Amino acid sequence: MADEVILLDFWPSMFGMRVRIALAEKGIEYQYREEDLMNKSPLLLKMNPVHKKIPVLIHNGKPVCESLIAVEYIDEVWKDKAQILPSDPYQRAQARFWADYVDKKVNAVARNVWATKGEEQEAAKKEFIEILKVLEGELGDKPYFGGETFGLTDISLIGYYCWFYAYETFGIFSIESECPKLIAWAKRCMEKESVSKSLADPHKVYDFVLGMKKRHGQE
Amino acid sequence: MSTDEVVLLDFWVSPFCLRAKIALAEKGVAFVEQEEDLFGGKSELLLKSNPVYQKVPVLLHNGKPMCESTIIVHYIDETWPSPPLLPTCPYERARARFWADFIDKKVFEAGGKTWQSKGEEKEVAKKEFLEILKVLEGALGEKDYFGGDSFGFVDIIAIPLTSWFDSCEKFGLFKIEEHCPKFSAWMKRCLKRETVAKVLPNPEKVLEFVTSMRKMHGVE
Repeated sequence: MADEVILLDFWPSMFGMRVRIALAEKGIEYQYREEDLMNKSPLLLKMNPVHKKIPVLIHNGKPVCESLIAVEYIDEVWKDKAQILPSDPYQRAQARFWADYVDKKVNAVARNVWATKGEEQEAAKKEFIEILKVLEGELGDKPYFGGETFGLTDISLIGYYCWFYAYETFGIFSIESECPKLIAWAKRCMEKESVSKSLADPHKVYDFVLGMKKRHGQE
Repeated sequence: MSTDEVVLLDFWVSPFCLRAKIALAEKGVAFVEQEEDLFGGKSELLLKSNPVYQKVPVLLHNGKPMCESTIIVHYIDETWPSPPLLPTCPYERARARFWADFIDKKVFEAGGKTWQSKGEEKEVAKKEFLEILKVLEGALGEKDYFGGDSFGFVDIIAIPLTSWFDSCEKFGLFKIEEHCPKFSAWMKRCLKRETVAKVLPNPEKVLEFVTSMRKMHGVE
């Protein structure tokens, strides 16, 4: 029986990218459906009535919501290739901890880096770099967060990389000069086809952010 | 098999610590509770084991630390597989994780607002809190527990938060049973369970604690 896999997504979403990467890692064929977040489809509203957000993975008609939950689901269903979570329970707990750290810390602060001005923006930039430095510390000298292989924590964070150009341009700072090891890690991830094909073009992301700032009367 | 050393860095009233305690009790795992003084001075062990957040709970298994209560419950389930807390089917597991995540994101904060606010703000907080419980009622449906017939993962994530609900009701001036009878029935069902009844703190002590928190927040 052929699996039917659909992904409801929005092209610049770093959360959507997580699911795209996981599906690509496993070589799963799926239908990508672009959502207009200003005009959400009936399917999205039906499949995610609680949060009404993307990404939503729909597997044989059944929805899985929340990007990290969808990534774990993909790992459990298609378990014969490209393992995303480690087998050892302690390593799994570490992977989940750092993926959760990305969720709790990066998003809110990153938004303020481009959405605010003056002192507020300076504070956001400072906090953002501090968070990236903590992540750099956790990475250490390993090629990926989990060690030798690309895994959950890498997947949770890498989508932000295509937003860095926008953050740096609007924030007027260089992430590479503050966190060179993290940028080296990001470039290493980008060598993987599953990542390079799933991330958005940084210049398109910049245009998108510029559009958002204009709509909010910030430009 | 060598003896496992399991230590839980704990704070008696923390619903997040309770999750770990219930999960360990469900698995019949013996552990040492180390009470932290969160206001007086966190222990060296806590600061060393959870440098990122410096919060409880922290589970130390043979010296290796794990942080974040939902992640700890996952770990307990995977390390001591019997009886299983999560379903075996991947789709049902994803559903359980979804509801655990919803509870994590919404319940404690909304509950907190009901006892931290006054006047108009309190009415808004009460409405929001009850709406969240109604969504959970929808997820529960006609089932005894969130996962079906057996007490499991989502119940463990949710039930400890209810130890603060007496305080929400008292200060928010509402009764959950009147608005969400099914949720109320689920609460009572879980409270009959030994692993839950043994660890949940005395509601009067929780009320005393919340009252002092209100004073600290300048709400009294």
